[in-house]
Amino acid sequence: MFTWLSMATWSPYVVGAGIGVLVWVAFLLSDRPLGASTAYAKTAGMVELAVSKKKATAMPYYRKFTPTVDWQWMIVVGIIIGGFLSAWIGGTFSVFIVPPLFAGVFSADPPLRIAVALIGGILMGLGARWAGGCTSGHGISGTLQLSVASWIAVICFFAGGILVAGMIFGFPFLSGG
Amino acid sequence: MALEKIRSNSHVQIVLGLLIGIAFGFLLQKGEVTEYGVIIGQLLLSDFTVVKVMLSAILVGMIGVHVMKAKGLVRLHCKAGSIGATVVGGLIFGAGFAVLGYCPGTAAGAFGSGALDAAVGMAGIVIGAGLFARLFPYLERKILNKGVFPAETIPDMLGVRPAWVVVVVGIFIVGVLTVLAELGL
Repeated sequence: MFTWLSMATWSPYVVGAGIGVLVWVAFLLSDRPLGASTAYAKTAGMVELAVSKKKATAMPYYRKFTPTVDWQWMIVVGIIIGGFLSAWIGGTFSVFIVPPLFAGVFSADPPLRIAVALIGGILMGLGARWAGGCTSGHGISGTLQLSVASWIAVICFFAGGILVAGMIFGFPFLSGG
Repeated sequence: MALEKIRSNSHVQIVLGLLIGIAFGFLLQKGEVTEYGVIIGQLLLSDFTVVKVMLSAILVGMIGVHVMKAKGLVRLHCKAGSIGATVVGGLIFGAGFAVLGYCPGTAAGAFGSGALDAAVGMAGIVIGAGLFARLFPYLERKILNKGVFPAETIPDMLGVRPAWVVVVVGIFIVGVLTVLAELGL
């Protein structure tokens, strides 16, 4: 068991099947789809609450997604812990700011990567809430329920992602190389 | 019913959320989809790990959830979508996906495994979500309800039994995964 847990990586099919089973558990025991982006909206609501309680409670969006620590918020806390445990046990834990691919193509200087990550995050948070879910909420939990909106959402995630990644990195797949 | 008791107990749910999250983060990290290079590789169509993980999850999840639904154990949670919400939001998300190189779930897993740029990305996602909440009353009036999709689920839209769609989508997923493996991608 421990040798298996301490492997650096697992087959993507095993990982995917495991996530599928986790969705069963979420539906059965929590009556919810497995998603991550709601937690970020709740966190934004907590920040608004801390700044101005009166204003935050009057905002219609935070009446739909209440700024509270609950199941959905704990999911993201859990993902951080799970990611740490997996990397630690597997011997792949390493602290860095600039990922190797970004450092190789652009710059190993942290400020550029920090600025890009912040801008990317803002776009992603805006888009995830605009579309009503992210790669897990729509991309996995929604599509497996055969939701029309989720299949269209995931096609748009990848269409937008492939287009913009191509603009940034220069469409390597078009040069045949 | 015991299930109702578990579902309505908020303390139990907080612990369950944490445990499911830990398992989710563990799997994402073991599957390497918490890595910037793997996600960008998928968007550049040179590494298909993300698609393999997602399609395997959809296949297994779809069969189990529909079997449990047929037995009356679970209910579906589909959201109605529209062109103004799903397509516009989805494309903005896609742009963020390529710029950040993580998604909301994998960013958390990446942060846990030591990627500090993912923590910056998480802060950005909170800012973006907060921005959406600020804009929500305006967007709801102007854009979000434009071009609402005709049905919530594919079986409803086609007017067929869910089981048939599960079989067809299942065959489609196995086919795509087989082609990817044959091509050595």
